[in-house]
Amino acid sequence: MAPLRPYRRYHSGTQPDYLHSPYVSSQKRAPSQRLVHLPHTISEVTGPVFGDELIDVKAFDLTKQHSAEPIGERIIVSGRVIDEDGRTLPRTLVEIWQANSAGRYAHAIDQHDAPLDPNFTGCGHTITDAEGRYRFVTIKPGAYPWQNHYNAWRAAHIHISVFGPAFATRLITQMYFPGDPLMENDPIFKCTADEDARNRLISLFDLKTTMPLHALGYQFDIVMSGRDATPFEEHHGAHK
Amino acid sequence: MTLRATTWQTVGPFFKIGLAWLYREDLAGAGVPGERIEITGRVLDADGNTVPDAVLELWQANSHGKYAHPEDEQNKPLDAGFSGFGRIATDDQGRFRFTTVKPGQVPAPEASGNGGAALAPLQAPHINVSICTRGLLRRLVTRIYFPDEAANATDFALSQVDPTRRSTLIAKRSTGAASKLEWDIVLQGPSETVFFDI
Repeated sequence: MAPLRPYRRYHSGTQPDYLHSPYVSSQKRAPSQRLVHLPHTISEVTGPVFGDELIDVKAFDLTKQHSAEPIGERIIVSGRVIDEDGRTLPRTLVEIWQANSAGRYAHAIDQHDAPLDPNFTGCGHTITDAEGRYRFVTIKPGAYPWQNHYNAWRAAHIHISVFGPAFATRLITQMYFPGDPLMENDPIFKCTADEDARNRLISLFDLKTTMPLHALGYQFDIVMSGRDATPFEEHHGAHK
Repeated sequence: MTLRATTWQTVGPFFKIGLAWLYREDLAGAGVPGERIEITGRVLDADGNTVPDAVLELWQANSHGKYAHPEDEQNKPLDAGFSGFGRIATDDQGRFRFTTVKPGQVPAPEASGNGGAALAPLQAPHINVSICTRGLLRRLVTRIYFPDEAANATDFALSQVDPTRRSTLIAKRSTGAASKLEWDIVLQGPSETVFFDI
């Protein structure tokens, strides 16, 4: 068998700590014990493989899931899924969910006093193409208030879930929009210590992917953990 | 210069609208060989309150101990209709439930001298688990092991864990049917579940 090829660990500071007190919900849910370091085994370097048969080819377009179009600013969200070494990751599942243009989720527990849109559910999925590209058509989500602290507002965002090639590469994140003044006071956006890392969650307005007379384009590349440069077996040369 | 992996963000309270289409609470359909099991449990916070907005993802080998993934090159059979992936959410009581077949043993990395303990070439049967909830800024990773399993004593991952905390990773047999197991996830506190940094 080929040697096990572990994935690289996250670079220091580029991921949120579990406890981020300004995000009140983390206080009772963040673990208090140090995580136990686990060298990668076959269980971590493998992961679910999703085939085309799972994919609804219409699910990339969130504006065409109902009898009429949703209200709001139509946008294209596209980009590539790559790893830290720049390798493209084809055939990986990408899922998104979001609020409607008024800042309301089509979810029973969302109590925000903003209108639901009968023509917008706010979820989609797709699979990356041979070059690791994905593309969604949707409407720009609205900002919304939440209970975290006095006068708390979430910056407009789209939740994005990506599997990548292995259990170790699983990623769920949120994509933001350039120039949104709410990001500065949003404890979820701010939860990552490394400023560059959190700024990479902001999509880029992109004229190239804008559809003239139809929809504005935003680019968002998603980077998954790369392979560790040191093959695992090298730690155990005595056994070779 | 290498890029940096994208930063995690919380799934928040509304993930159901995006993730429910792929909920899979029965990992092994009819005809998949293996010992049928049902695992139920609760997700609890620091105060012992149940967490009604958690989503768990499961990843496991089939009953022969083979993952349905191209990097598992073992000469063992794959099973039609078994992908090894599950996704389940907790209900309004913070409870979850899934059914599957008990995974077989998969290889351990080559013996790593963990305090001189002799570790087995195969890992004990286990199910890999990711946990996401509102309040978790990134996922937690843990494993479910099985009770009365001799291989647990020499398991690669369990050996990395303080012996006093290993029991948090081992499911308990329910009273009654031998196929029913219980396993709770405690996010924070004295009986906190062991979570792995992978």
